[in-house]
Amino acid sequence: MKKMPRWADVALIPILNLLIAFIISGLVLLAIGKDPWAALGTMIDGSFGSSRGVGYTLYYTTNFIFTGLAMGIASHARMFNIGGEGQAALGGLGVALILLAVPWPHWTLALPAAILFGGLFGAAWAFIPAYLQAKRGSHIVITTIMFNFIAASLMGYLLTGVLKVPGKMAAETAKFPEGAHLPTFHEMLAPFGIEFSKHAPANLSFLVALLCLYVFWILVWRTRLGYNIRAFGESESAAVYAGINPAKIIIITMLISGAFAGLMAINNVMGEAERLIHNAVEGAGFIGIAVALMGRNHPIGIFLAALLFGFLWQGGAELQFEHQIPREMVTVIQALVILLTGALDNMVRRPVEKLFIMRYKAKGL
Amino acid sequence: MDFMTLIAIFDSTLRYATPLLLACLAGLYSERAGVVDIGLEGKMLGAAFVTGGVAYVTGSIWLGLLAGTAASIALSLIHGVASITYHGDQLISGVAINFLAAGLSIVIASAWFGLGGRTPSLPPEARFQNINLPLADTLQNVPILGPIYSELISGHTILVYVALLAVPVTWAVLFRTRFGLRLRAAGENPGAVDTAGVSVVRLRYYAILIAGLLCGLAGAYLADFAANFVKDMTAGRGFIALAALIFAKWRPWQAMGTCLLFGFLSAAAPYLENKSFMGIEVASQFIDALPYILTVIILAGFVGKAIPPRAGGQPYVKEQ
Repeated sequence: MKKMPRWADVALIPILNLLIAFIISGLVLLAIGKDPWAALGTMIDGSFGSSRGVGYTLYYTTNFIFTGLAMGIASHARMFNIGGEGQAALGGLGVALILLAVPWPHWTLALPAAILFGGLFGAAWAFIPAYLQAKRGSHIVITTIMFNFIAASLMGYLLTGVLKVPGKMAAETAKFPEGAHLPTFHEMLAPFGIEFSKHAPANLSFLVALLCLYVFWILVWRTRLGYNIRAFGESESAAVYAGINPAKIIIITMLISGAFAGLMAINNVMGEAERLIHNAVEGAGFIGIAVALMGRNHPIGIFLAALLFGFLWQGGAELQFEHQIPREMVTVIQALVILLTGALDNMVRRPVEKLFIMRYKAKGL
Repeated sequence: MDFMTLIAIFDSTLRYATPLLLACLAGLYSERAGVVDIGLEGKMLGAAFVTGGVAYVTGSIWLGLLAGTAASIALSLIHGVASITYHGDQLISGVAINFLAAGLSIVIASAWFGLGGRTPSLPPEARFQNINLPLADTLQNVPILGPIYSELISGHTILVYVALLAVPVTWAVLFRTRFGLRLRAAGENPGAVDTAGVSVVRLRYYAILIAGLLCGLAGAYLADFAANFVKDMTAGRGFIALAALIFAKWRPWQAMGTCLLFGFLSAAAPYLENKSFMGIEVASQFIDALPYILTVIILAGFVGKAIPPRAGGQPYVKEQ
């Protein structure tokens, strides 16, 4: 039987899910005595109303593109990598180590090194869970959760110990050398005569993130490896018949996933803080889950979902100032998006499917 | 280290282990019935918040406990609707519940009390009283056994004893009743349960309701112990409970042992930190991470394989 048209699957269902999430969030705001429309207005104004707002929105978007891609590639192999948080934290460690080790003369040299080390460290942190899943059958979800906590402890240990600047209180590394400074949007757009806010953290990493979206698309749909990953995700037994080694696919996919998460560090560590600080990831790893789910593991979808969450994060910060609504309101929306697009998908999908089938029947198809 | 220090460490071991044990048993019911539950953390957090708020407003910890448990059960039901009724992904649903509780608790607490996401401190009369077991005072001066009885075993709040009692009860329910047999079967081979004419859906709902109840008690314990609710006060205990569940290989007595072990690590941490053993200094972060590291080692199957219930994580779709 003919089911839904493709546009309904890729656009209508996510939009309906999002709408329901927003309606419930609006009801929560009403229940605590706030005006949801005023809140929405503040959020839109705060995140898109000024170049500073846009700069923050795109900065968060960049983080979420990386973690969304990390979740997305794992999902194509039907793996749930909940460890993006820890992998991104370790990516930060890699970036910090290489940027502190060398007196970088210019960012054009520092960036490739940071990309390499961020990716490597993120991948390395994904390797053990991947290996245990592939060779010993330990469930990747549980092991990656455990590795998030182990990563947090490890980073806490390093940042209060060997990486800390002696004599200082703050649990953070020294500032990276001047030459490792990534151009911000302000500096990038000034030559074109565009006045972009100096105070926004958006930087060149945004372009790297866009490039990664393209690389992701090529990798998943235009290479043999991508084909193998998708085949494995569709049916492990069929993949084995086709001569695909499951252990190899699990490990390689998780390494790529960890590398994407680790790459986030070029944005938050290298681009923004310019030093490694405590809890630098700030939950972006978990937002990647919502981003990939909403974006249906496709680069365009991941970009749009990352932009949406970038807007929510920046707008959510404004809510605190303007309406005394805690930033955690965004966590509620995030939870609802994950719940509706990930777990309650059938609740929306089944009635919509029925509607389409009724329409086909009415048309005599 | 003298004897009384040891008693003090074991005493706080019990206090640390109680919420872990309650949450771990919650996970045990749920996962034995085939519903993986990584939302233990969120349910505890939700219950801790509601308990803290309601106990403060009503002045009764019992009403707080009741409301907190209801909140936890409500979160359980969301998990049930998503993963049992709509055949959704149990892991994703669990993740969503953790975020939902983390977000809602702060949003509502801020609006309710205006204290930036925490609840006001509970006065002593709105908290659980310590229960002194019979003869605790009389036996206090008996050497060795006296302190063990009157300091370590006696003098805890009721939920500590409830948690300890829940262990044999869980064992008996799961392994000595027909309900328990069916519940375990729903997690191993739901098709067979269905063939026998027993509803898998109903069994799984019962399991998650019990899980909600136990997580509610765990959350209420935390709110009572700290005398208020603060942001993220569960601090990963739901995941440590999950780790303990795996470590215990989904068995109640072993769950108790593991939770006591993990509780002991927390209780002993102040005595171990920054002391060196065999020339190696023990970092506090290492002790924090130890439950997770041990669980990964267990999961890796190097110390006896942890095999989860076979149908765990899969929605049961009735054959047409």
